[in-house]
Amino acid sequence: MNLTLFLLALFDGIAYAALVFIVAVGLTLIFGVMRILNVAHGSLYAMGAYLTASLTTFIVSAGLPPIFAFPCMLVSAVLIGAVIGGPLEWLLLRRIYHKPEVLQLLVTFAIFMILEDVQRLVWGTQPIFQSTALQLLGNVRVFSVNYTVYQLILLPIVAVVLLLGLRFFLRRTVAGKVILATTEDREAAQAIGIDADKVFLLTFIVGAGLAGLGGALASPTTSILPGIGADMIVLSFAVVATAGLGQIEGAALTALMIGLGRSFAVYVWPETQVLVPYVIMVAVLLVRPEGLFGSPSARKI
Amino acid sequence: MSIRIIIPIILLALLALVPFATPGLQVLLTLALAKGIAVMGITVLLRSGQVSFGHALYFAIAAYGGAFTLMLLPGADLVVVLLLGIIAAALSGVIVGLFVTRYRFIFFAMLNLAFSMIFWSILEKFYHYTGGADGMRLPRPTVLWMELERGAYELVMFYLALVLALGLGWFSMRWLESPSGQLFRTLKTNETRLQYLGMSPQRVMLTGYVLSAFLCGVGGIIMGLVQGVVTPEYAFWVRSGEMVFIAVLGGAGSVPGALVGAAIYEIVRTYASAFAGDIWQMVLGIFLLVIILFAPGGIAGIYNGLMDRAAGKKEEGE
Amino acid sequence: MKKLLMATATCALMPLAALAQDKPETLKVGVTAFLTGPASVFGVPAKDAAEIMAEDINANGGIQGVPLELTFIDEGAGAEVLTTEYRRMVENGADAMLASISSGNCKTIAPLAEDLKVINIMWDCGTQKIFEAEKYNYVFRSQAHAGTEMLATVAYLLKVAPDFKTIAVVNQDYAWGRDSWDIFSAALKALRPDVEVVGEFFPKFGSPDFSTEISRLQALQPDIILSTSWGGDLDTFVQQASQRGLTNTSTFVLPLAESSLERLGSSLPSGHIIGARGDHYWNHPERRDDADFQAFMAKFEAKTSAKAIYPVFHMSQGLAALQAAYDKAAEANSGNWPTEDQVIAAFEGLEFQGLGRPVSLRSDHQGIEAQLLGMSVQGGDLPFATLENIMIFDGAELTAPVGEESVAWVSSLKPGWVDTLTVDIYEN
Repeated sequence: MNLTLFLLALFDGIAYAALVFIVAVGLTLIFGVMRILNVAHGSLYAMGAYLTASLTTFIVSAGLPPIFAFPCMLVSAVLIGAVIGGPLEWLLLRRIYHKPEVLQLLVTFAIFMILEDVQRLVWGTQPIFQSTALQLLGNVRVFSVNYTVYQLILLPIVAVVLLLGLRFFLRRTVAGKVILATTEDREAAQAIGIDADKVFLLTFIVGAGLAGLGGALASPTTSILPGIGADMIVLSFAVVATAGLGQIEGAALTALMIGLGRSFAVYVWPETQVLVPYVIMVAVLLVRPEGLFGSPSARKI
Repeated sequence: MSIRIIIPIILLALLALVPFATPGLQVLLTLALAKGIAVMGITVLLRSGQVSFGHALYFAIAAYGGAFTLMLLPGADLVVVLLLGIIAAALSGVIVGLFVTRYRFIFFAMLNLAFSMIFWSILEKFYHYTGGADGMRLPRPTVLWMELERGAYELVMFYLALVLALGLGWFSMRWLESPSGQLFRTLKTNETRLQYLGMSPQRVMLTGYVLSAFLCGVGGIIMGLVQGVVTPEYAFWVRSGEMVFIAVLGGAGSVPGALVGAAIYEIVRTYASAFAGDIWQMVLGIFLLVIILFAPGGIAGIYNGLMDRAAGKKEEGE
Repeated sequence: MKKLLMATATCALMPLAALAQDKPETLKVGVTAFLTGPASVFGVPAKDAAEIMAEDINANGGIQGVPLELTFIDEGAGAEVLTTEYRRMVENGADAMLASISSGNCKTIAPLAEDLKVINIMWDCGTQKIFEAEKYNYVFRSQAHAGTEMLATVAYLLKVAPDFKTIAVVNQDYAWGRDSWDIFSAALKALRPDVEVVGEFFPKFGSPDFSTEISRLQALQPDIILSTSWGGDLDTFVQQASQRGLTNTSTFVLPLAESSLERLGSSLPSGHIIGARGDHYWNHPERRDDADFQAFMAKFEAKTSAKAIYPVFHMSQGLAALQAAYDKAAEANSGNWPTEDQVIAAFEGLEFQGLGRPVSLRSDHQGIEAQLLGMSVQGGDLPFATLENIMIFDGAELTAPVGEESVAWVSSLKPGWVDTLTVDIYEN
């Protein structure tokens, strides 16, 4: 493998990692605060993608300038977070926090199944492709290989901004600090008067919005069709477990490892590509049983 | 004899009569029993407070073990196929278990998921040996070295599944009450205490884990033999999720609940797909939500509740 | 009004029905198709088409005077539900079954149909292995298999681009993607041993992103890129490749892209090779002027507002096979309603015609179906690519003889074989 190929693999890996991070960080956040592994995350991702594609198509057909495709993504993400995520937490999840974790997980599994069919009823079964945003930014040529600016430059920038933004939000703002405190120790947080209900609602809306944003950002690059949500869930789960509970920096690092591992696999040994996320997860947990950035929890005697 | 015990006995008698009374349900119930046995494996694990999202692994290993047995030893008998398939599952349970029993909660769940997905990818990748996504056939084996027609074979499989479900269900319940089962359940209530007793939680966990792998294996091989085919889908995470789903539906931790849950699940799913057409997933999802929100104890919880009420009324009357 | 007419027609047929005692009230046929999941891109149009066709058949008096009653089973619900439903339907008296789209399901159902003693027409699945491995009495196939389809693709490629030097493949990682490449590469090795395979990629089924493969392909610069992918995978791959200019530097060979033409719109540029798993094309050059073809296409477009794709044609062939077999069996039975055994006997050497050229069944129950390929061209009146330089191959010359295994037979071909083929060429 010469240097050119090495760099090409690096670029592909980073572009892919950016998208994985954007989707998985929402799941990590929700898991960190609420200790719920939200299976419906995949559905929210898919719906974000569908919604963006529909809005963009509407805008293009209405004769508005294609640049509006970008605001459409944000609008979709906010809609997914507020209109779907909010009520889900408020109407369903809130009723089950006192129940065993398995039940909480299964509730999200049930929501996932319902939303899968809702998507099909709303958007049908034919694949949808809406790449206005991607085409708008054009291509960039590196070592006689064309890359889309959207994937090579925009997505990594969004991922980095998101990472820094979330760090700032969690460490420097009151709402963020409250969320972080709840992540660290729920009981202690409640003891000092933090309204856990509000924190959970806010977290879930943000997390769901991030899932929607992931879908929105992925939508110009790929066909949107039934089943895309399910594939994303398993990948995001692997990221969450490898990262350590609720660790967004861990999620970023894991996403990068998975992205690079996958692209180098395609260059060196394509057959192993599918195994990459799982092998990374098993390897990391073998060395660090609490995940990359996780710390051993206090033992209750 | 209390009504609490009479009802299951009546149900069992009815079940044993199914092939003669409603032959249309026979195969459906055989599959439900096979799944039920596998779900008992999840139920056993749930008693230690752990959930696995990858137990379809053992389900698939047993079925593929059976398929390979039939391919390499053409004309192998049902007994041989069953034994080899189950042994394969239990052995893999030991190997994977040695690794994953160090972990708890999400890490435990996810590692199991990872192993099942790795196995799934291998099945898809090595398609020259495993038939890839199309899977492998399990041609009808002889039963005690007798050639059987489809009808007779399916009848045998129904009763075999029924006997195994009852036998293994009874065994699992006895095991959970045995000293080693009690230690296993301590993992849920207080693992640290176990360590203070000088026990290795990992070893305690391993016994239960292997039992659960074994049960999933029994379910898998029966499923494969009845279906006549095994595909990588047997190892896919959705199937593991389905098993957990049924375990909760039946009543988390209740062994008989696993069997009843599997039967109800299979019937709802089949009829939802027959009558609700392309929205069967939604029907199933709503069904699950209703159970969790309004009857979190599952079928077993509902049943016990009803029985308690009946017993209470009787006492009042007396 | 329509109902009234139907009722009148039924009344008029009543006395006839009373004469022929065995005639059932309806001919119950079960159809398996993906109504959910990624392959519903095939299943849903096929179901729509089947409903139109059944309506047409019944409006013309049904099959030998018996109306056709279709029931659909969702293949997307998983193998257990599929086989359970299949059994239930057969045990409730289904007269024949059409199954299925997935090759895996065909492999599961073929032995099951044999056990249940029900006529099963494999109407869409691609695997060539079923009749090569086993002999069936009750199972028939109303279309070609992967062997025929891939060989036709190789033949077309060698006819239009005889001088290419390098090829790469990007197929879905499941049985179809692997099997089709096995046959294609075996044929290429036999017919053009000098061609170099520079890359083999099998991204996972349903992969949302082919960026890495595309970068790799741009660095490799093969003359030809083959992809037997379909549905969302194919759409994504072609869109991403065309966006990054890969479609300008390599010629794509896409044996299933006929089913994606409309969705791909302007993303698929001119000059790439498009196949259709048989002679299936909404603008079939030999059939487009026929009244029945036009009438059906008009109805289909009115119902679905999309052009018909190959599963629609396959469905038409499946139903045509069933109708032809009953007609032939009834004729042999001096006009009376035939028994199941008589219908099975009628399938032997049966010839029938759906929306494409006539199809015939061989002694091993394999259908012999013509193959159509063409070159994509943009810039017509439609907002998506159509086909030009269309070639229709005779199916018999491309299918491994009875009892021979496809990959082995294909490997035994000699360079120059392509020039011996019967082919009809149409400009568009």
